Amino acid sequence: MIVKLAWKNIWFKPLNTILSIILLTASVAIISLLILLQEQFEKQFSSNIDGVDVVLGAQGSPLQLILSSVYQVDAPTGNISYDEAKTWMKHPFVKSAIPLAFGDNYRGFKIVGTTPDYLEKYGATVLEGKLFQKDFEVVIGSEIAKKLNIKVGDKFFGSHGDAAEGEVHEEFAYHVSGIAGPTGKVIDNLILCNIPSVWAMHDAHEHAEENPEHGEEGHIHFEGDEHEHHDHDHQAETSEQGKEITAVLIKFRNKMGFVTWPRLIAQNTKMQAASPAIEINRLFSLFGIGLQALQYLAYGIMLISGISIFIALYTTLKERKYEFALLRVSGASRLQLLNLVLFESILLCVVGFIFGTIVGRVALLLISSSTDQEYKMTFNPFAFVWEKEGILFLAAIFVGLLAAAIPAVKAYRLNISKTLANA
Amino acid sequence: MIQTKNLAFSYSGKVNFNFPDISLESGQVLLITGGSGKGKTTLLHLLGGLLKAQSGSIRIGDTNIESLSDKNLDKFRGKNIGLILQQPHFVEAFSVLENVVLSSWLATGQKAEEKATSLLTELGLADQMTKLTSRLSIGQQQRVSIARALINEPQLLLADEPTSSLDDENAFNVADLLSKLSKEYGAALIIVTHDQRLKDRFSNQITLL
Repeated sequence: MIVKLAWKNIWFKPLNTILSIILLTASVAIISLLILLQEQFEKQFSSNIDGVDVVLGAQGSPLQLILSSVYQVDAPTGNISYDEAKTWMKHPFVKSAIPLAFGDNYRGFKIVGTTPDYLEKYGATVLEGKLFQKDFEVVIGSEIAKKLNIKVGDKFFGSHGDAAEGEVHEEFAYHVSGIAGPTGKVIDNLILCNIPSVWAMHDAHEHAEENPEHGEEGHIHFEGDEHEHHDHDHQAETSEQGKEITAVLIKFRNKMGFVTWPRLIAQNTKMQAASPAIEINRLFSLFGIGLQALQYLAYGIMLISGISIFIALYTTLKERKYEFALLRVSGASRLQLLNLVLFESILLCVVGFIFGTIVGRVALLLISSSTDQEYKMTFNPFAFVWEKEGILFLAAIFVGLLAAAIPAVKAYRLNISKTLANA
Repeated sequence: MIQTKNLAFSYSGKVNFNFPDISLESGQVLLITGGSGKGKTTLLHLLGGLLKAQSGSIRIGDTNIESLSDKNLDKFRGKNIGLILQQPHFVEAFSVLENVVLSSWLATGQKAEEKATSLLTELGLADQMTKLTSRLSIGQQQRVSIARALINEPQLLLADEPTSSLDDENAFNVADLLSKLSKEYGAALIIVTHDQRLKDRFSNQITLL
C-alpha cells in the first residue's frame, strides 16, 4: 500500500516526475550503451586475436597492419614478397603460419586468399558444400551467405580493391564451393579462396589488357591441371615465383618469438612483425579516454537528475505536510512516512533505469546496423553485462536515496500536532 | 470508555493549561467549547495522542495512552481513535474509496474495501467513490473524513470544529451523522467547537475557561 501510494504520488505531479525520469533515462541510456559497446567491442576484438601471436606484413603503421589483416577493417599496409615471407614462415619458432592475400571484394565483402588453416584457426567448419580446392573456388562466410542469400554452386564476379564500387573483374567468375558455419568472428563476413586465385585474378587482369584471350585460357587450364595431379606445396612453389601476399598470421611455439621477432624482422627484412595484443591494447587505451569522458558526462547527468528529484520532493514537502500529518493520524508510523518518501524517489530511479536500459539498447541497435554496413561488425543489443549494469542500477538507486534523504527525514520528524493546529 | 485526570500542558513553559477531568461512555457525546486560545485544540490533540501531556493521565478503554511508546501510540491511534478535522485533508493522489481503505490498512494491515464501500454508501457518497477527493464539495469532503474516522470502529471519535466551514444544511447533516454513527459504532464522541449550531444541539458540554 505504501508502494502504491508512492507510485500514485509520483504520477500525481507528472511534470516534475517526467523531468526527473528523462534525465535519469538519458544518463542510464548513455552509460549502458557505453558498457555494452565497450564489452562487445573488446570481446570481438579479443576473440579474433586468439591464435595470432604476431602478424608479418609490409612496413607502415603496425596498428593498420593489425586492423587490416586480423580484423579486416582497414586498408592493408602494402604487399610483401611471398619468397621472403616463406623463409620466416619456416622459422623454427613458428608453430603455424597462415598467409593472407587481399585483392578483391564482392559487394563490399572482402575476398581473401589463404589456406584452409585460416578456417581452422577461427574454428569454422564448412557447413554446406566443400572447401575451396581449385582456383576461383570460394567458401562464403555464414553472415554473407545469409545477407546476400548465396548458395553452393552460385557464381559471381569480384570487384577490385576493397570498395564495392571497384572495377569488376569480369574475366573470371568465383564459384561458391562451400558455406562456412557461424563463428561470431570476422570470418563470418569474409569470402575465402586459395592464394593462387588472387594471383591468377590479378595476373590475368594485367595480361588481359595486352592479350586477354590467351592469358585467360592458359591460366585456368594450367592451375586446374596442377591441382588435380600434384600436392598443394608443389603447386604453390611453381606459381609463386616473384609473387606477393599481404600478410602472414603467425603463432609461435614458445614466447621467445614473441619477444625477439619484432626486432629481428625489422633489422633483417623490409617487413614488420606486429603484435595484435599490444596494438589492440593501445587502441583500447586511446578509446578508453573518450569512453571515460562520456561516462563521466553521463554520471554528471545522473547527479543532475538526483538534484531534480531532490528539488521536486523538497518543494512539495510544504504542501504535503498535511497529507503526512493525516497519515500519521490514521495510524502511520514515522518510519512509514520516511519509507514513503524514499520509495517515491527510488521508484523514479527504477523507472528511469528501466527506460534508460531500453533506450540504450535501441541506440545500440541503430549503431549496430550502421557499423554492420560500414565495417561488417554487429553488436547484440539483447546481451546483458550483469556486473557493470548491476553497478549502474545500484548507482541509480543510490542517487534516489541520496536525493530523498533530507525530505524523508523532514517527513519523519514532522510535528503533527503543530501542523494540524496551524491548518 | 475515556477518562482523563488532572491533565496539564504548557507550550515552552509560557502558556499553561489545566484541563477539567473528562469521563465519557461509548455512544455518548461531549461538546468542548470555549474562546480562542483556551486550549480547545490542545486538549483534542492530547486526547488524540498527538501531543504528550505534561502531567495527568488519559485512559481510553483499558489503555493508558500516556504510557505507550511512540510507535505503539501510532498503532493505537490508528485503531482506536478517529479524528475529524476542521479542514478535511486527504491523500490527493488517491480516490475517495482509496483514502478510506488506506486508513484501514494503516491501522490494521487489512484493506477493508467492502466496509469502506458500505460506510461511504451510508454517508451518501456511493456515486463519488472513484473520484479524487479534490473533486468533491466541502460538505462531501467532510463526510469522507467521517467515513475515514469510523472505518476502524474506534472507541473514541474526536472532531475539531467539524462544521465551521459548512453551511447550515451541511452542518446539521454532519452533526446528525456524527451522533448517529458514533452510537451505531459504539464510539465516544468528543466535539471541539465554538459553533452555536452544535451548542444548541448537544447538551453535554464542557467550557474551557
